Amino acid sequence: MGDPITAISLWLDGLLAGWGLAPALIIVIKALLGVGALATAVLLVDIFLVWVERKVVARFQDRLGPNRLGPFGLIQPFADVIKLLIKEDITPVGADRIVYNLAPIMALATVLLLWAVIPLAPTVVGTDVNVGVLYIVGVGALGTLGIIMAGWASNNKYALIGAFRTVAQMVSYEVPMVIALLVPVLLARSMGINSIVNAQDSYWFILVAPIAFLLTLITSIAELGRAPFDLVEAESEIVAGFHIEYTGMKFGLFYAGELLHALTLSGIVASLFLGGWRGPGAESFPLLGIVYFFAKAFFLYWVIMWVKYSLPRIRIDQMLNLNWKFLTPLSLVVLVVTALLDKALVGVQPWVYVLVLLAANLVIAWVTLQILRSRARKERQRVAEPRPIARPPAAPVSSQGA
Amino acid sequence: MLNDWLFIGIFLVLAPVFPALALVIPRIIAPRKPNPLKSQTYECGIETVGDTSVQFRVQYYLFTLVFLIFDVEIVFLYPWAVAYEQLDLFAVVAGILFIFLLVDGLIFAWRKGALEWE
Repeated sequence: MGDPITAISLWLDGLLAGWGLAPALIIVIKALLGVGALATAVLLVDIFLVWVERKVVARFQDRLGPNRLGPFGLIQPFADVIKLLIKEDITPVGADRIVYNLAPIMALATVLLLWAVIPLAPTVVGTDVNVGVLYIVGVGALGTLGIIMAGWASNNKYALIGAFRTVAQMVSYEVPMVIALLVPVLLARSMGINSIVNAQDSYWFILVAPIAFLLTLITSIAELGRAPFDLVEAESEIVAGFHIEYTGMKFGLFYAGELLHALTLSGIVASLFLGGWRGPGAESFPLLGIVYFFAKAFFLYWVIMWVKYSLPRIRIDQMLNLNWKFLTPLSLVVLVVTALLDKALVGVQPWVYVLVLLAANLVIAWVTLQILRSRARKERQRVAEPRPIARPPAAPVSSQGA
Repeated sequence: MLNDWLFIGIFLVLAPVFPALALVIPRIIAPRKPNPLKSQTYECGIETVGDTSVQFRVQYYLFTLVFLIFDVEIVFLYPWAVAYEQLDLFAVVAGILFIFLLVDGLIFAWRKGALEWE
């Protein structure tokens, strides 16, 4: 079966050249078709994600989930979309109309843009730019802009507070994420996502950088604003945060953007640490690579959902402490240790290299846990001491009697 | 190389079109019956008091400032990581020293109390 994508590309080349078009125009037409196909496929997956989300959350909560429309309720998300499309669109008074309408478009479009650099298979990649990781960091941060725009333009206090929190959270978790993403870049000596996947031919990077993998996963969840980091849309405090004033399809776009963002970040983590499209036979049959890629991405997506429905929401001070006092120092330590060991282990057997780096990561993890344990012990002692605020108030001097 | 960025350029133009289309369809088929009460700002049923552009806490600003310093410095490490194969010991130590400057900045901010949320 070979490689259908390259075959189609070559066939298109021949067909368009046969029509007498200029080579530059052929490139543009092919890019247009590629963008259209990629975006359509990703949006179809997005609709499917609505079903996955509803079905899996139902299972986590011991319910059945949608099961009426079609087999296993598979047609349910299409019904959801139709419902959202025919709902009335309410714009609150005093909203900044242009920004208000642009925000949901921004939220979904930036997530779509991320798919341009994710390799689905050896040849099925939108474009293999050599600064892929920086592109992901940059475009990923643009999604935050959509949320800020939504919060600011809604003319609503809760939405604005949600936007503040979003800024604090996204901006903070960007730091350990960028440092943790440096580790696979350093191991692969390249910023291109496809080059990083290619560099994992003998072992996946999760073996040599498990802590960086965990850091990337945790910061990804924070970037998504999902539980336990969903204080940007805490129902009990600020109703729904930035999307409080959005109805109908505009809300739907935020929802779709969030689900797709989760899958996108899962895909990126899978590419950087779990070998992306790599698997038995993926080189010779590129379509098999797509299967492997989505299997890994959906596994990570499921892990993110598992975390979401298992953990309670954290407070904003806990969120910032976790980031600045734990994740950031840890990511710096991991980066320094990885860099030094990588330079020290030049020319050794691959298995020695993997074992030493794995051992170093385990040592770092053990030391971190010990430090955390002693800190927690101190914290418990501090709490156990009687606090002045807990003392009963002094009895008032009675004016009666005596 | 240029073709890669052509793809991203076309994607940049087309990506907003898909969500924008999804917003155009409701304009045609969805009902539009706004009334003054319906388009009020939602605040759990209570009327909004005062200006909705509330002031933000100064801590948000501090954290953004710390982020700015960190992010700009870390981006400089990416070329260092990409060229790691060709680096000699001096360049590696220089990079590590640069990371220690980051750690120093973190410790400074920590001791200054810039990372405390009051």
